[in-house]
Amino acid sequence: MQLDFASREITIKLVYYGPALSGKTTNLVALHARAGSDTRGRLMTLETQDDRTLFFDLLPLTFRSKDGDFSLRIKLFTVPGQPIHAATRKLVLQGADGVAFIADSRIAETNRTAESYLDLRQNLKDSGIEIKKMPVIIQFNKRDLPDIRTDDELARLAQKSAEPVFRAVATRGIGVVETFICLLWNTWRSLDQSHSLAKKLSIDGDEMVKTAAQQLGVTTPYRELIATRMGAIGANPPPGGTP
Amino acid sequence: MSEDISTGADSIGLGPPRLEDLVDRESLRAMVASFEQIFGLHVRIVSGSGVNLASTTNECGLCAMVNEEPSGRRACARIVAEVKRLRLVSKEGTEHPCFTGARYRLMPIQYEGDTIGRIIVGPYVDPSNESIPDELFQVSSRIDMGRVAELLPLMPHATDVVAEAVAKHLVAVLDVVLWSGHKAHLTSTMHIASMRESFRELTKKNSALEQAYAKQKELDKLKSHFLATVSHELRTPLTSILGYGEMLSGGIAGELTPGQLDFVKIIESKSNHLLELIMSLLDLSKLESGTVMIRRGDVLLASVLNEAVSTLTPKASKKSIALVVDVPEDLPVVVGDPERLRQVFINLTENAIKFTPENGRVTLSARQVELTDPDDEGDDAGLVLLAPLRQMIEVRVSDSGIGIPEAERTKVFDPFYQVDQRHSREYEGTGLGLSIVKRLVDGHRGTVHIEGNSPQGAVFVVRLPATPASETAQQAAVAVRFAG
Repeated sequence: MQLDFASREITIKLVYYGPALSGKTTNLVALHARAGSDTRGRLMTLETQDDRTLFFDLLPLTFRSKDGDFSLRIKLFTVPGQPIHAATRKLVLQGADGVAFIADSRIAETNRTAESYLDLRQNLKDSGIEIKKMPVIIQFNKRDLPDIRTDDELARLAQKSAEPVFRAVATRGIGVVETFICLLWNTWRSLDQSHSLAKKLSIDGDEMVKTAAQQLGVTTPYRELIATRMGAIGANPPPGGTP
Repeated sequence: MSEDISTGADSIGLGPPRLEDLVDRESLRAMVASFEQIFGLHVRIVSGSGVNLASTTNECGLCAMVNEEPSGRRACARIVAEVKRLRLVSKEGTEHPCFTGARYRLMPIQYEGDTIGRIIVGPYVDPSNESIPDELFQVSSRIDMGRVAELLPLMPHATDVVAEAVAKHLVAVLDVVLWSGHKAHLTSTMHIASMRESFRELTKKNSALEQAYAKQKELDKLKSHFLATVSHELRTPLTSILGYGEMLSGGIAGELTPGQLDFVKIIESKSNHLLELIMSLLDLSKLESGTVMIRRGDVLLASVLNEAVSTLTPKASKKSIALVVDVPEDLPVVVGDPERLRQVFINLTENAIKFTPENGRVTLSARQVELTDPDDEGDDAGLVLLAPLRQMIEVRVSDSGIGIPEAERTKVFDPFYQVDQRHSREYEGTGLGLSIVKRLVDGHRGTVHIEGNSPQGAVFVVRLPATPASETAQQAAVAVRFAG
């Protein structure tokens, strides 16, 4: 995170992690399409000829408060999922404030997905960060494909899971904004707890996430978006309304 | 004020990029020059930190004249500093006047909402206002009015609207350049960082491996030392046991009953076996610790083989096994230690006798062979140079015993290895003889391997380098390290 007191600007780094071909870049593409032209920057993808992410994708989003007094800049990164890019994943993860883990729902991908999560945990550990201290959201993508892990199973496991779990079909933009908003909220809450940002900058976090949701073209109150998650009771939205 | 709270302060792609990193200055200069050619206006591109990245080089005549005067130079420098540093609030930029009556158009270069530099168009003269300002003459009284009137019309002329349009157009073109530049910059930065990270990880792993290897070597040394000490300490009491056993069986302490004598004989035989085992262990540990001295001298293999055979003849005759030595008379000598080579062939022959059933046959034959180089691709390249190195003496110890399965043939040289553990009782032995053979042959720069015998049995093939005729054998004793 970077704070600029002079221009009242905060820059947050969010990383989309996950195994190869799980849909990390597709999530960014969907967010890019949802965001208004004032909000979104250009989506930069550094990819190989066969459309696999080579280094990372980068989507800058800028949310401005209504009075223009404060801006929240978000840099969304994806990591290259292929095993060969281990060093790049570690580097992209450096300085991340929150992580969305994009899992492939297909049963056949279960092992690879778990391995990728362990890789995330190890890379965070190598940077001196406990995964429990990092805001992490899990998204089960590709819900429209056959032979996937069932909703019942995910719901049952999510009840015991520390992280909020979302279901998504990123190619159709389903579940993408929910994942992002929940990640943004959890990240804000975590940063605010450790750095008293709301107090230092006199910002209303609730208002800020609300603005971000609006600028992504969402009319539903953001608490309702977060409430579509499975499990993670600990990640309850802020007080001030029933989700 | 800005503060970075993240753990990786240099997190790639997080902060605003520097204009200097995104553009190639040479290409930028060419672009600026082409703008001047088309629009007839001076253009300058300055980075956020005030570095002049590209500018058109032609100085206006009026500017050159002003710069001839020291006070003019100072005033001009002040204006240039102002246009480079003036705070640009709006995206549209601003205009800035010069004391010569000319004007500048300033426009910020923005990238992802950050201002990372500026475009300066000018100086130019607005055609609707070509009057000479009094300010010019306040700068220096020595400025020639007539020359000014002459030079002013030669300055680039443009309206503010045109200057702004030119600046805007340049900003739009630059935007594309910057986007590509940023992409390339991030790619290369990440590439280098990834390489560094991989290198760091590899270096870390290598050093861990080296440490583990050094520790392993140390442990290996300790093991050999331990074996040597223990073997030595075991031998001392055993010598007493054997001595007293002999005295008992010799009747020195009084006549023994036949039953007692049998028991004492068993004690003696087992003690002897234990002694052999300890001696072998001692040999092996010496070989492994590299403290065995191997003398280098001319060795006649015929005599070595004959001695080995004569030592073992009693053992062979017990099982009615025929021991045959077959050595051609013209066999060249080998360089080595006759004592150690005798030990090699005693061990091999003893092993052959052990696994050959009664009335069998064990043959020791020697001959000269020329090795083919496995790297050689069938041609005779360098043969004239390499052939002498390939001359070997091959000794084959063949038996008609139970044979050794192909998969086991390299393992039998490991200490205490027995092909079939069921046989270990039937064929009593220390299990160390062959590993000693292997180490001694290695110490002579030779090789040992096993082949099958027809119709049954095994052949141990020992190859030792033959002495080139020209080489005089060195008689000096040298230490040969076998391990590590």
